[in-house]
Amino acid sequence: MDIKGDRYRTLTRRAMILGAGQAVALSALVARMVQLQILDADQYKMLAEDNRIDLRLISPLRGRILDRRGLEIANNQLNYRVSVIPEQAKDFRSTLVRLSELIPLPEEKIEAVIRQAHRSRRFLPVTVSDNLTWDEFARVNSIVPELPGVQPDAGRSRFYPYPADFALLAGYVGQVTEDELKKLPDDPLFMLPEFRIGKRGLEAYHDQSLRGVAGLRRVEVNALGREIRELARVDSVPGKDLVTTIDGDLQRFAMERVGEESAAAVLMNAHSGEVLVMASSPGFNPNDFNFGIKPDVWRALLKDPRKPLLNKAVQGQFPPGSTFKPVVAMAALEAGVIDPTATVFCPGYMAYGNRLFHCWKHGGHGNVDMRGALEQSCDVYFYEMGRRLNVDTIAAMANRFGLGHAHDIELDHEAAGLVPTRAWKRHNRRDPRWHDGETLSVAIGQGYMLATPLQLAVMASRIANGGHAVEPTLMKEKVDAGWPRRFAPLGVSPEIVQVARDGMIAVVEGGRGTARGARIRDWPRGIAGKTGTSQVRTITAAQRAGGVPRNENRPWEERDHALFVAFGPVDKPSYAISVIVEHGGGGSAVAAPIARDILREALIRDPCGLTGGTPYMAMGEADG
Amino acid sequence: MAETGARGRTALLGKIMDLHGTMMIVLLCIATIGFGMLYSVSGGDFGALAGRQMLVFVVGFGCMVGAALVHLKWWWKLSYVVYGVGLAMLIAVEVIGDIGGGAQRWLDLGIIRLQPSEIMKIGLVMALARYYHGLTLDEVKTYRTLIVPAILVGMPALLVLRQPDLGTMMLLAAAAAVMLFVAGVPRKVFAIGAVLACVGAVAGFYQLHEYQRDRVFTFLNPESDPLGTGYHIQQSKIALGSGGVTGKGFMQGTQSHLDFLPEKQTDFIFTALAEEFGFIGGVTLLMLYAVLIAYGFMIALSARSHFARLLAIGVTSTFFLYVFINIAMVMGLIPVVGVPLPLVSFGGSAMMTLLIGMGLLMNVYVHRGVVLSRQGTVR
Repeated sequence: MDIKGDRYRTLTRRAMILGAGQAVALSALVARMVQLQILDADQYKMLAEDNRIDLRLISPLRGRILDRRGLEIANNQLNYRVSVIPEQAKDFRSTLVRLSELIPLPEEKIEAVIRQAHRSRRFLPVTVSDNLTWDEFARVNSIVPELPGVQPDAGRSRFYPYPADFALLAGYVGQVTEDELKKLPDDPLFMLPEFRIGKRGLEAYHDQSLRGVAGLRRVEVNALGREIRELARVDSVPGKDLVTTIDGDLQRFAMERVGEESAAAVLMNAHSGEVLVMASSPGFNPNDFNFGIKPDVWRALLKDPRKPLLNKAVQGQFPPGSTFKPVVAMAALEAGVIDPTATVFCPGYMAYGNRLFHCWKHGGHGNVDMRGALEQSCDVYFYEMGRRLNVDTIAAMANRFGLGHAHDIELDHEAAGLVPTRAWKRHNRRDPRWHDGETLSVAIGQGYMLATPLQLAVMASRIANGGHAVEPTLMKEKVDAGWPRRFAPLGVSPEIVQVARDGMIAVVEGGRGTARGARIRDWPRGIAGKTGTSQVRTITAAQRAGGVPRNENRPWEERDHALFVAFGPVDKPSYAISVIVEHGGGGSAVAAPIARDILREALIRDPCGLTGGTPYMAMGEADG
Repeated sequence: MAETGARGRTALLGKIMDLHGTMMIVLLCIATIGFGMLYSVSGGDFGALAGRQMLVFVVGFGCMVGAALVHLKWWWKLSYVVYGVGLAMLIAVEVIGDIGGGAQRWLDLGIIRLQPSEIMKIGLVMALARYYHGLTLDEVKTYRTLIVPAILVGMPALLVLRQPDLGTMMLLAAAAAVMLFVAGVPRKVFAIGAVLACVGAVAGFYQLHEYQRDRVFTFLNPESDPLGTGYHIQQSKIALGSGGVTGKGFMQGTQSHLDFLPEKQTDFIFTALAEEFGFIGGVTLLMLYAVLIAYGFMIALSARSHFARLLAIGVTSTFFLYVFINIAMVMGLIPVVGVPLPLVSFGGSAMMTLLIGMGLLMNVYVHRGVVLSRQGTVR
């Protein structure tokens, strides 16, 4: 009855509308497919490739640091480690907790890793644990399939076989900080968790060449970033080995000899400028820094008054004290204010202006000529030189002998020292006027004078080589290629230099020398030197009247610095050394024996082949 | 007796001969595409997905033929029963879920796990078909007759929404709307209903679970958070687009095989197909679906009873909605809702429901000449 009735007509009509609607809807789907798969296909193909292809860096092996004979100061050791990519880990913290069931990973370390992960970008791996044993490493590998983002790998990490001996020379490496990321030119290596950047010392100065160039792998990855296969590869270029001029054996001997003192020693080839020993004590363990130094170790290093993190050889600045006197002597001779044989009477003090300038020897030295003044380190003689000389004349001579300016040694933070002049004072001090009394202090290496052990070694070298402008270097490569075979003369007459040399010979070999004890008894050819005891604070008249307390009765920070510069052998000056023992006391008692022992070792070993069989050089032949 | 038996046998044979062969072939084609894709996304492991899916398909195909051969009047009689069973099971799930303390969509009957909302998809269509079968057009045009359908749709829709299964709820509501439309409910009602739906959507939005709300936001701006909730849509579009015209080749889809594509064996299987077989592959499947849907409409219009017509249109439209919602979703045209691709996505419940639905459609075809009175008697 209603087969062809109203209901049917309505239904048919509406079914048509409905069917048309559905046809339109399905057409819309096709249209969308046209858009995605035909019109925009290229763009999506690229995105799919981006998804699929990952570029992964291959870290290059960091260049080794070697001594002149190939001894490894810094190398790379196999290191099993685990890192996690926060972005790929489902839950970063629970991933770490799961890992802590397999490897030693204390609660604090987990927190530290999480903090670090917050700082770095989420797609960069964060190193969770280093230096795993093989067993631990294998356990981590076995659970990798369950834990996305976990990356176990075997890398190489920096290792210092003789940590304390070369700590301040080699420096250390560490993770790149945010600061460095901002400051340094970008290097893809910064993205690698295992990458370490040189922070101090040679590691810092030569970082670019030690670093090497990152390699690149194109790999196919799945959505979790897991590698499916390698598509292409460009290998990394390892960093260049750095061959230093350092003699590892001598360096270790020197560090051993210096012991626990806060001290520095620099031994140089007086002719080529090769630095054979650069010791700074106390050292530290640079291996501690590689995986992030423990806070308590770091604090202890910072709080140590002996400043273990400071390379005193190039960064420490001390008043040179009496070690400066040979330079003042040469300035006086060149200025013609005195004849080498002329004498000055030393009553034990000199009155100048309204001040008394004291000689270290209470009773005075009586009549001393220049040689005697150097031998006995007579202060009054040099006060007199200071009185006769302009401070700028002294400064000019000091500059020629390597003081007061940096030497471009291949290390970070080299200090320039200080040789005061009138102009310097005018620009740098509140009282711009130079007082003549200040020249007297400068004449005995006090006052504003500051020098680094490296500068003192250069000074000794220039005296030893007869007045040639030798410059120090740590790079064997430089010496082997294009380094001056003979440095230009400083323009100081050889006779004048010889007077300074004779004075320094007398210091050790003479009957009244202040460093008679530093004579090498089993070395017939003899050495020359100059002691120095530099005051840290001014002794007031009141204190002097009340009796100056003995050095060992004063607090450590107020004790004198002990210095010694030397060269040898006397007949053919080849090696020069400077030693400073911070707050060590007297130069002759403390610094001289250390310098003697290191120099003796150098003379016997003769690493540069300089001393062998050359006859005594007469005066005047020194520069020839 | 013997005579009736013989006539019954002849009738059965006739019915079997009368089964819609072309439709079956199309169904088989679609299912085969599904098996192929399941084989591909499981990385060539036949037993993992494809084999199991085939087993379900064989069982489901049997059920479909069975459903097609039962006399139409039995389906008329069973309409409210099926609906009632579905509703009871939805309530059971809700209660167990409350007791178990968590959202639940499954009812574990020991041997099989049933998804009551699947039964309800068929039950609701049947119940509405039967209800409107008993009304004249004049009665349909009165508002009074909207009360029963409103209850029939409202109860399961609310229960499903509480699960929460937004996709199924929308599917149920849309299928019901389609049926009311072809049954002759005044257009004005749909206009009002559309307004109410919008208001409900806005109000309901604040009742949504966070993940559902995220999906809506993500839909509106998928690139805003490519590693979070927008990830699925974005990766799906990349997979589709990178397939290009001809695709990357069978089992060569990088997006699906490298796990960039989520839910690739269920909701996103169309993407996997379009990635590996490109525009051509995707359109081919769409065409097959279109053919099925077209047959559905033709069958509906050829039927002589109102119940059969409504049933056919309800089933066909439900089928259409599955196809449209799923594909539109993977192409980023609508928000992500969990609706599988009919006969292709991996999953037993949906496969069974759809095949039984197809069985009902064939039933209508086989019984297109049967005339049912308002009271359900065969004339």
